[in-house]
Amino acid sequence: MATRSKPNGKAAPGRGSGAAVADGKWSGQRFKRKEDPRLIQGISHYVGDLRLPDLLHCVFVRSPHANARIVSVDVEAARTAPGVVMVVTHSEVAGIGCVPCAGTLPGLKIPNHYVLAKDQVRYVGEPVAAIVAESPYAARDAADLVNIEYETLPAVVDLEKALASPAALVHDQFKTNLAFTHVITAGDVAAAFKRADRVVKQRLVNQRLAPIAMETRGVVAQYLPGEKQLTVWSSTQIPHLLRTQISVMLGLPETSVRVIAPEVGGGFGSKLNVYGEEAVVPWLAMKLGKPVKWIETRRENIAATIHGRDQINDVELALKKDGTILGMRTRVLADLGAYHQLLTPIIATLTGLMSTGCYKIPAIEFEVLGVFTNKMSTDAYRGAGRPEATYLIERIIDVAARELNMDTAEIRRRNFPRPTEFPFSASTGVTYDSGNYQRSLKQALELSGYEKLRARQKAGWKQGKYYGIGLSTYVEICAMGPSAAMPAGGWESGTVRIEPTGKVTALTGASPHGQGQETTFAQMIADLLGITPDDVNVIHGDTAIVPYGIGTFGSRGTAVGGTALFIATEKLVKKMAAIAAHLLGAKPEQMEFHDGRVGAKGNKKSLAFGEVVGAAYSAKSLPAGIEPGLEATHFFEPSNFTFPFGAHVISCEVDVETGEIKFDKYVAVDDCGNVINPMLVEGQVHGGIVQGMAQALYEEVIYNSDGQLVTGTLMDYALPRAPDIPDLTLSRTCTPSPVNPMGVKGVGEAGTIGCTPAVVNAVCDALTPFGVRHIDMPLKPERVWRAVHDAHSKPGHETSATAKSAAAASKSTKKPGRRA
Amino acid sequence: MRSVEIIVNGVERRAQVEPRMLLVQFLREVTGLTGTHIGCETSLCGACTVLLDGHAVKSCTVLAVQADGHAVTTIEALAAQGLHPLQESFWEEHALQCGFCTPGMIMCANDLLARNAAPSDAEIREGISGNLCRCTGYQNIVSAVRSASRKKTRRSAAAAGKE
Repeated sequence: MATRSKPNGKAAPGRGSGAAVADGKWSGQRFKRKEDPRLIQGISHYVGDLRLPDLLHCVFVRSPHANARIVSVDVEAARTAPGVVMVVTHSEVAGIGCVPCAGTLPGLKIPNHYVLAKDQVRYVGEPVAAIVAESPYAARDAADLVNIEYETLPAVVDLEKALASPAALVHDQFKTNLAFTHVITAGDVAAAFKRADRVVKQRLVNQRLAPIAMETRGVVAQYLPGEKQLTVWSSTQIPHLLRTQISVMLGLPETSVRVIAPEVGGGFGSKLNVYGEEAVVPWLAMKLGKPVKWIETRRENIAATIHGRDQINDVELALKKDGTILGMRTRVLADLGAYHQLLTPIIATLTGLMSTGCYKIPAIEFEVLGVFTNKMSTDAYRGAGRPEATYLIERIIDVAARELNMDTAEIRRRNFPRPTEFPFSASTGVTYDSGNYQRSLKQALELSGYEKLRARQKAGWKQGKYYGIGLSTYVEICAMGPSAAMPAGGWESGTVRIEPTGKVTALTGASPHGQGQETTFAQMIADLLGITPDDVNVIHGDTAIVPYGIGTFGSRGTAVGGTALFIATEKLVKKMAAIAAHLLGAKPEQMEFHDGRVGAKGNKKSLAFGEVVGAAYSAKSLPAGIEPGLEATHFFEPSNFTFPFGAHVISCEVDVETGEIKFDKYVAVDDCGNVINPMLVEGQVHGGIVQGMAQALYEEVIYNSDGQLVTGTLMDYALPRAPDIPDLTLSRTCTPSPVNPMGVKGVGEAGTIGCTPAVVNAVCDALTPFGVRHIDMPLKPERVWRAVHDAHSKPGHETSATAKSAAAASKSTKKPGRRA
Repeated sequence: MRSVEIIVNGVERRAQVEPRMLLVQFLREVTGLTGTHIGCETSLCGACTVLLDGHAVKSCTVLAVQADGHAVTTIEALAAQGLHPLQESFWEEHALQCGFCTPGMIMCANDLLARNAAPSDAEIREGISGNLCRCTGYQNIVSAVRSASRKKTRRSAAAAGKE
């Protein structure tokens, strides 16, 4: 069971304390989600549930090759198949603009990313043709009749081989597979390494993952020629940005395009993108004059929706004997895949920004090499660049502690900035808004019974039982974020309209996909207006209704989108106070909003909320200079990112005979500032931890040496199921952010970021007696078994008495475990 | 084309279908009930779980013709008289986020509780192991099923007391 301990730590006074959020009547409470009644009854609508008259169905024909020249495409048989309405290839849709890349960097090589392949395919799953038919079955049948002749070419799969010379090229025109080099430097790195008592090195592979939202992607498009209106329903996290890009790609005025994100069944970053299908399907609908629908299959989803991670990190740490870090050198090879999607190049640069983690590291050198390969693009997947950063720093810290013979908690503490040093400028160039890393670590160690776990571990080794304790302390960059740092700007919009009957409509540019913002935003607005969350209806995901917004990703929903609504509501509070004071003959600054009434403090004379609203609309007695009506919009531009942080402690036992890992304790202490709904925060952390654990233990997108995707179904791509996951114990500390009036930070990615290194640290810790230094993820039993086996059969492994007895105890180590 | 007669949520539905039509497509396209979701079409995710003659099946790997003459229950039928205890508990325990896996998860848990009225946490985890959820990390789903089991037990005890 999760413990539901109260967050400790006091909010700072004044603006930024977010007192209303932390202690409101509704905010801070475990309020049941407003979204749920429709979802638990199956009466809500995802894009696949839309039904329109005369709806046609689209299927894409995709490349079976990783790299091949398209010699010829014969679509005649498909075109004349029963029920088929239209078949198109590149030449028909050549007028559609390329899939955009917004995350550009100096010197970045950007290949044309056509919506349907022209002349050459460069990854398995690249779309080559689209078929429209009267039923999805007819479209799929016709897809089998498309005859494409390919001349296969050598595929570039391995990151390091891609950079070696001579290597086959993904894009001949660039004469190299290196798309960009990005370097961050600070301090005198050479001097730091010269001065060091110890230099610790480790190469870490952060494997490629598939986001696998439970709802695959899907697009429905309808064009009304009379009104000149194109409506596109898409399972997207960014409806407004998508509308802009569709209008650019199709050459339409933005005012003619409406994008609606209906219920969205998860995204995790994979739907923070613009995909070719989102332009092709509307183009087909316009050509045919009928609505067209495309729903991605799971196989397509794994092959042709963005992947995450996929980096090789070579990390070096320069340390003093006492564990003080002097400097860090990191070289990152980032697999970009064959083309850029929206943010492909910048994800690995985020790894650089956050690579110093929770530590003071005065001198750094961080080099990212972005590499083209014949695979699907990588892009933002839950955490997007920060899990990689946290993994590299938290693994090297553990390796360093081992080499210095220090406790892993102690080496962390020794390098944390003090709470009084915030705002803290990290040497990577970002400024951490607020933090108290000592407190979260202390709380996590206490909750987990760290000292007892260490004692049990020591005793266990003597009995041939291998317990491991894994720590991870993390800080992440959230609430994306000041516009100067974001390709499309980092602000968010919020509109609050109090309707004449006193009910409230809130419009948010943040477009959630499961985070529950209809509830949290209603709680927050209800507190400011003194009404109930049931009186507030939050609307999102429709560009025709909601003012321009950026979307939901990077844990920005509440901290940026919520703040926009908070400030918009404050504007209405001020206006209503003026009206109420005018009617009551009191002063506006005396007005308070409580339990559906507006009145002066300590004065019995008050008005019903609805009376004040009615007065605003009837407009017969308004104070001078006050407009009728009650509607306010705010576009919130944050002054900085927020930096949530925390500490995770995990304990496990490794069966050295089978390589299986059994977890017995998981403690997560997260600090995301003030919390509007603790229940929803816990839900985000649970889900995040399990996605992080999945990377550590199970998940891996594998392409073979020919570039064939060999984990293309859920049969081969292992997702965690309920019995795989231990019970999680959650707790929080609370260090409000000073960069928004609510003091919130964001929590969507925290679990994923904090978890992964903790798991790997725990397993490696358990295998200390065998001299196992590191095992690359995912930690499948076979890999763990092999690490134990190889380590103690290799000369030069640790030869302490403990290690000897460990080796003796595991003599029967013969076969890998079941879940190999 | 084959003629089929399937009782869906107590209503007889007749249709001419292609023999290859999946039950999930029949439910979604022919009867228009879209609460049953498609997550993989290979029986691995469980989003399409429905009850066939009272037993949970993954309707993406049952053909409509195989359900001919049988009774199917979908998520839409559960709240006939107010929310079902499982629906209540999923709401109370925050056992869903994006909600896409939820109908299938609830139908699967429904079958589990019919077979085992008071499952242990391990039995719940095993019982829902054919259904994937990507949002919740499962912990709150386990809590919800546990809570629904208690609710159902209390309600049947209360009902027995009244008789």
